[in-house]
Amino acid sequence: MTDDAAKAAWDADSARPEPQPAADVPLLRIDAVVKKFGAFRAVDRLSLDIRAGEFFALLGPSGCGKTTLLRMLAGFETPDQGRILLDGKDIAQVLPHQRPVNMMFQNYALFPHLNVRDNIAFGLKRAGMPRPQHDTRVAEMVALVKLEGLEKRKPDQLSGGQKQRVALARSLARRPQVLLLDEPLAALDKKLRESTQLELMELQRRLGLTFIIVTHDQEEAMTVAGRIGVMDAGRLEQVATPRELYEAPGSRWVAEFVGDVNLFEGQVEQRENSRLAIATRDAGTVFVAEPRQPVTKASVCVAIRPEKVKLSRRGPASDAVNARAINRLDGVVTDVGYLGGLTTYKVKLDSGAVLRSSMANTARLDLDAYSPGQRVVAWFTPDDCVVLEQ
Amino acid sequence: MSAPSIFTRPARLAVIAPYLWMALFFLVPFAFVLKISMSQTAIAQPPYTPVFDLTAGWEAIKAAFAALSADNFRLLVSDDLYVLSYLRSLVVASVSTAILLAIGYPIAYGMARLPRRWQSVAVMLVIVPFWTSFLIRIYAWINILQHDGLLNQVLLALHLVSAPVVWLSTDSAMYLGIVYSYLPFMILPLYATLAKLDPALLEAASDLGSSPARAFWLVTFPLSLPGVAAGALLCFIPIVGEFVIPDLLAGSDSLMIGQTLWLEFFTNKDWPVASAAAVVLLLLLLAPLLLYDRLQRRQLEAR
Repeated sequence: MTDDAAKAAWDADSARPEPQPAADVPLLRIDAVVKKFGAFRAVDRLSLDIRAGEFFALLGPSGCGKTTLLRMLAGFETPDQGRILLDGKDIAQVLPHQRPVNMMFQNYALFPHLNVRDNIAFGLKRAGMPRPQHDTRVAEMVALVKLEGLEKRKPDQLSGGQKQRVALARSLARRPQVLLLDEPLAALDKKLRESTQLELMELQRRLGLTFIIVTHDQEEAMTVAGRIGVMDAGRLEQVATPRELYEAPGSRWVAEFVGDVNLFEGQVEQRENSRLAIATRDAGTVFVAEPRQPVTKASVCVAIRPEKVKLSRRGPASDAVNARAINRLDGVVTDVGYLGGLTTYKVKLDSGAVLRSSMANTARLDLDAYSPGQRVVAWFTPDDCVVLEQ
Repeated sequence: MSAPSIFTRPARLAVIAPYLWMALFFLVPFAFVLKISMSQTAIAQPPYTPVFDLTAGWEAIKAAFAALSADNFRLLVSDDLYVLSYLRSLVVASVSTAILLAIGYPIAYGMARLPRRWQSVAVMLVIVPFWTSFLIRIYAWINILQHDGLLNQVLLALHLVSAPVVWLSTDSAMYLGIVYSYLPFMILPLYATLAKLDPALLEAASDLGSSPARAFWLVTFPLSLPGVAAGALLCFIPIVGEFVIPDLLAGSDSLMIGQTLWLEFFTNKDWPVASAAAVVLLLLLLAPLLLYDRLQRRQLEAR
């Protein structure tokens, strides 16, 4: 079956009504949910809205509560407080086998005694789907994840990537309103993981389903998800698009968790025509663009991503650049890390602090490469800085 | 050029050792028993003829071989006593194994679902009875079950019965004794299989719409079948040959093959017939073992 045919068949006998794209009513509303294990609050008064058709990622370090939250959506854990509204109905106390939600498990949890076909059909049989219809659906699912010819195999006879596809097909077979994915690609090697990420996005777009993925891999979250919720200690630190998360982190914690960052603590000294001058201990006075939300506290933190820090032998001389009040810091290169696509530098500033910079290797013969011990000027524009309140 | 062999001398020994062991302690004794089973009784030392005398020369050994016959096996088939003993052994072993499974499975299942730190305690509790001699435990049951024993006293005191009930020397007492003695052999392999089961499989079953009861029958039970087979064989095979428990707890009106064997050997001093009975018993027990082996091989091949 071609992809288009699979899609057509999918649409033709869809068991549930099309998701209503009512803009302001979310498909899933998590409302002040609390989950405690003993005295430990795994999820702490967390609220979140997820729209129909969204690909949402929950990102966070291990133990941040993201898996617990996902398990509450699946029904394996019951919230101690708060509501979980799916299509307006509170499902917080509904048993897992009665929810229109399916989950793809971290280690796939395929039934070892059943073959591929019976694994995929498992949920359909439980739903009491009549035989002919259920055969068509299984064939559709097998085609969707490109497993034709492997229907009779047992999970033990499949590769990691094939198991992952069976698990995906099995969790999609019942056409859940929401598909939950718990670290679905963690067991795959890097190359396979990257291609599978793209397939997952493609599948989600084509089926128009709502996917919620839990991952600790920020690149994975950024690749697949339209929006990312960053969690720490049972709370959402920030919910934003991947770009916002990286370029406009909401807190120092998020700035440090997502990607690499240089941080300088300091005091707001002066404020003039949409620019702040911040006196820092390690980098002298740093000029930054006034953020959209005005800074209220005096004590702040300046964050600059390494790739926004440029190095040169002499300071940038052009008047145009000077006019934008460039930030210049003098120092000595201490470490050079060649990563292929980019090179990372550590520069020891004259203040003693270490500044990280990374530069794309845009030319094969790089005449601008710096070597350890070399004196350089590190510079960055006020627009590339983010001001975070402490 | 030949590839360097991984079978260095000690490694080769390790591979051969189990076969040597089997040959020395199973095949050779079995050959003795088989030979005796084809001999005739005699009032002599040893109590059968012919006796192989390796010093008597080639002709004598040939004559001894010629004297061997299958008469004892014909006797086993023709005499009701032996046929009924075999049948009774198989029935008792089957019924006991079924009862053991019915009691052992829930216990093993409960143990496997205990919190981790309690599981080792539960395993200990299952094993603890082994610390007392098996015979002493059976004698303790005789004490409990006899006419003025603990069980009757309790039943009388509670006014559940008006006169003492006959427990001892009944089939019920025998089944009680067998089930009591063999329960650990049923529980431990079942527990080992159930404890290995990934709890995520049950979550997946429930996520895909199975109630807890259906999830048990569709996932837990089929995946525990290797444990069921191991436990059942571990109980069935020794129960078929069981001799002490029926002798001490059951009545004397019908015998299990183990008891018949014992009578032939020690009361009738008929070693050849007893040996023939033992050979047939072994062949009977080989059948379920081969079946189990085949099932396991098929499972491995399916992988």
